[in-house]
Amino acid sequence: MMERSGVEVRLENLVRRYGTVTALDGLSLTLAPGELVALLGPSGCGKTTALRLLAGLEEADEGRIVIGGEDVTGLPANRRNIGMVFQAYSLFPHMVAWENVAFGLQMRRVNAAERKKRALDMLELVGLGRFANRYANQMSGGQQQRVALARALAIQPQVLLLDEPLSALDAKVRSRLRDEIRRVQLEVGTTTLFVTHDQEEALAIADRVGVMQAGKLEQLGPPTLVYSRPATPFVADFVGLTNRMSGTVRAGAVEVRGTSIPLVHPDVPDGPAIALIRPEAVTLASDGEMEEGPLVGTVIAVAFLGAVSRVTVDLGDTTVLAQLPTSAASQHPAGTKVRLALRTDPVLIQREEAVPAAS
Amino acid sequence: MPFLAYVGFFLVLPSVIIGIGAFLNADNAFTLDNFRNLSRSYVFKATIDTTVISAITALLGASLGAILAYAIVTGSPNGLLRRLTVSASGVLAQFGGVTLAFAFIASIGSAGFVYLFAKAHGFDYYAHGIWLFDIPGLDLVYLYFQIPLMVLVFLPALDGIKPQWREAAESLGGNTWHYWRHVAGPLLFPAFLGAVLLLFANAFSAYATANALINQGQPVLAQQIAGAMSSEVGAFEPGFAKAIAIEMIIIVTLVTILYSLLQRRTARWL
Amino acid sequence: MAVAARSIHQTRRIKLQVFRYVVFALAAIFFLVPLGAMIEFSTRANNGSRTLEYWQSIPKYPDLTDAIFASLQLALITSIAMLVLLVPTMVWVRLKLPRLSRIVEFICLLPLTIPAIVLVVGLFPMYLWLNTNLSDSILTLAFAYVVLVLPYCYRAIDAGLGAIDVKTLSEAARSLGANWFDVIWRVIVPNISNAILNATLLSVALVLGEYTIANNLLYNNLQVELVHLGRDNAGVSVAVAVASLLFAFVLLVAIAFIGGRPRRVRPEAVTTVGIGPTAGSPR
Ligand SMILES: Nc1ncnc2c1ncn2[C@@H]1O[C@H](COP(=O)(O)OP(=O)(O)OP(=O)(O)O)[C@@H](O)[C@H]1O
Ligand SMILES: [Mg+2]
Repeated sequence: MMERSGVEVRLENLVRRYGTVTALDGLSLTLAPGELVALLGPSGCGKTTALRLLAGLEEADEGRIVIGGEDVTGLPANRRNIGMVFQAYSLFPHMVAWENVAFGLQMRRVNAAERKKRALDMLELVGLGRFANRYANQMSGGQQQRVALARALAIQPQVLLLDEPLSALDAKVRSRLRDEIRRVQLEVGTTTLFVTHDQEEALAIADRVGVMQAGKLEQLGPPTLVYSRPATPFVADFVGLTNRMSGTVRAGAVEVRGTSIPLVHPDVPDGPAIALIRPEAVTLASDGEMEEGPLVGTVIAVAFLGAVSRVTVDLGDTTVLAQLPTSAASQHPAGTKVRLALRTDPVLIQREEAVPAAS
Repeated sequence: MPFLAYVGFFLVLPSVIIGIGAFLNADNAFTLDNFRNLSRSYVFKATIDTTVISAITALLGASLGAILAYAIVTGSPNGLLRRLTVSASGVLAQFGGVTLAFAFIASIGSAGFVYLFAKAHGFDYYAHGIWLFDIPGLDLVYLYFQIPLMVLVFLPALDGIKPQWREAAESLGGNTWHYWRHVAGPLLFPAFLGAVLLLFANAFSAYATANALINQGQPVLAQQIAGAMSSEVGAFEPGFAKAIAIEMIIIVTLVTILYSLLQRRTARWL
Repeated sequence: MAVAARSIHQTRRIKLQVFRYVVFALAAIFFLVPLGAMIEFSTRANNGSRTLEYWQSIPKYPDLTDAIFASLQLALITSIAMLVLLVPTMVWVRLKLPRLSRIVEFICLLPLTIPAIVLVVGLFPMYLWLNTNLSDSILTLAFAYVVLVLPYCYRAIDAGLGAIDVKTLSEAARSLGANWFDVIWRVIVPNISNAILNATLLSVALVLGEYTIANNLLYNNLQVELVHLGRDNAGVSVAVAVASLLFAFVLLVAIAFIGGRPRRVRPEAVTTVGIGPTAGSPR
């Protein structure tokens, strides 16, 4: 219905300090036109700050913001044409749903009839056509957030910003609304920045995921890559569960308990190191015979997660997590012995004494 | 429940006494004379004056108090300034009577240092008569407790305004004026209206201050009642006092009805 | 360009600060000048020099000290009676009779719209009877004062109760074997202590400043006595008035600071000293 492709958004070297706290420490990030980037990171790493800077709700100490080729660093929020969805409670309580959606159009002096029509269209788009005349306190949290989304999109923003829009909702509504947001975003094609600290959410919704730590971007890439090829140990740790197993680097590979696994970044000197291994890369050995060996251990816990189960195995000097199909895991209840194997997908290593080999 | 018994005895019973007594003459016989007497010119004038004073000080007090409350709210929520001003408001909202009147006489009265200072600098605010002891003076003095009362009543409403609303308005393209005109204004209006009503009732029932400041002519209704009740003035008319009391209740009730009509129109979302 | 962005936000912040300080300055002038005039007057000797004579001679007026004492007693009695009457009722209504809550609220807020002088008119015959048949002590005024403080205290306590989960708390206590007295006294009251403190304070401030009812029912409380005394010795009268204001202010400040400490009750309970039909916030 609104044929229009998004614009490019560039954050260049943004720095923002609050007193002695440096919330953003040289953040650079470019969003391609029409792209949805999810910003992921631990609490306090500066995600909200980045978003508010982009929206113009706060000022940058250093750096530039360029939207569609135009430097907007000095523009106030109300002249940036940016749609924003807040965590919660941002609907104006004295306006019904469609009046909320029409507010931005009113600010743009769209005439009343047109305003209402477009507001109702937007509500239809987010699937709330029937709720046009409800006040915020007559809607559920999920419905309110959808109205907020419609309101942000009604002004046909150049950029859409979402700050943990789903965090106040329960799990089921969350995943439904997440897909809904993605559908709408693809439909209107607005360049979108989505902040969350829920990695599953980020991986599920985004074209690219940016992982932040301490005011900086650690890695930016497609979800599959961020997950399977984390650029730094921090990313590996933060995105998904990771086993830390000690091993020895030798000629571009790391040897862990008798298995040689290639390295993501092979150009490192030999010596001891910690290999970061995903639970999915830990499997049951096919021969499964119960002899002694470096990867034989006792199952101490099985967590059922649906189609897969997460099995904790005690290997004597350490424990590892293995993610197995539930059918396989159910044959190895707690207390039984298993023999594991490691897949040879490239991994990251960490050196205890020095800076991580990667980066 | 002891509560209901108590309230029945000390709130309802007096009301009943007024309701019945207003229809009795000195010999306890039924009469409507007490109400006819309400048309006496000085009662009529007092009615108008009291209503006007109450309306003016309610509107002015509410507006100025709202501004002061906003200045308080924009500071730190647990700051020293806020605690001190709130505490001071709690005290001053109950301040009144002869000492309040005196405080103004001693400061801006014709012998007060403020007046002497202003006059010495060419600003003689009593050039057209000493209005302090008249209705304008009463208006000014009433503000001294109306504004603090407004601060107390209005702070919680201001605290309920969420910063997200302002940010949402801004990101949707609204400027500061738009925000006040379309968001904060309409949101606060019902609370403001309710506060105006409260301030009106407060000024309407004030007696001690008026009595202390103006002892000639009994310009406010409360003084008329006191006059009709006491034998000091010479006219002991208990039935008439009750009739004026009923008149006061009716006026306050009318204002309350007006308020709830306006409230219903402006606050459907509450 | 980053400089420009900074200036927009900074200009706004500076504007706001300027606005705030102008408002505070004007308010300070309006409220402090009359107070200052009183303090000045109460320390001014006839020849124009400073003196504490008026303050020191307060105890020399037995009528005055009696009135002060009576008013303090009234404040105490009124507060206690109000709490005993109001707290159990409001808890009970919340727990058992939610249908009645609107009626209780209406009754409690009623005195706001009934001018005190009107109340006097109705109470006058009752007090005549009371004086001849029971007691003519000034402390009987407390009966009327409880009604007067009802709306203010109702608001404060209602805010306090609204901030805790009365139902769960009392059910938990009941299941542990507490009777209703224990529930209110050991569970509810400690949890709304701030609200109770607030209500008490408002009562004290109101009773110490009350004039209309006492004067027209012909009792000599503090304010009435101040008027009498003002005719003979204005200096002492003003000194006492200043003292009673300061007394109430110190009490309220103390409460404000106790209230600011980490507390069990959520903040609403303390901020809502507010009263009136509207003290609620837009929701
Ligand atoms: N207004 C402020 N004043 C002072 N410090 C602030 C302010 N806003 C943010 N900070 C600090 O800046 C840092 C980054 O905050 P930010 O809100 O961007 O984190 P976040 O990544 O959004 O975290 P979360 O996931 O918890 O929302 C934090 O250390 C925070 O304490
Ligand atoms: Mg955040």
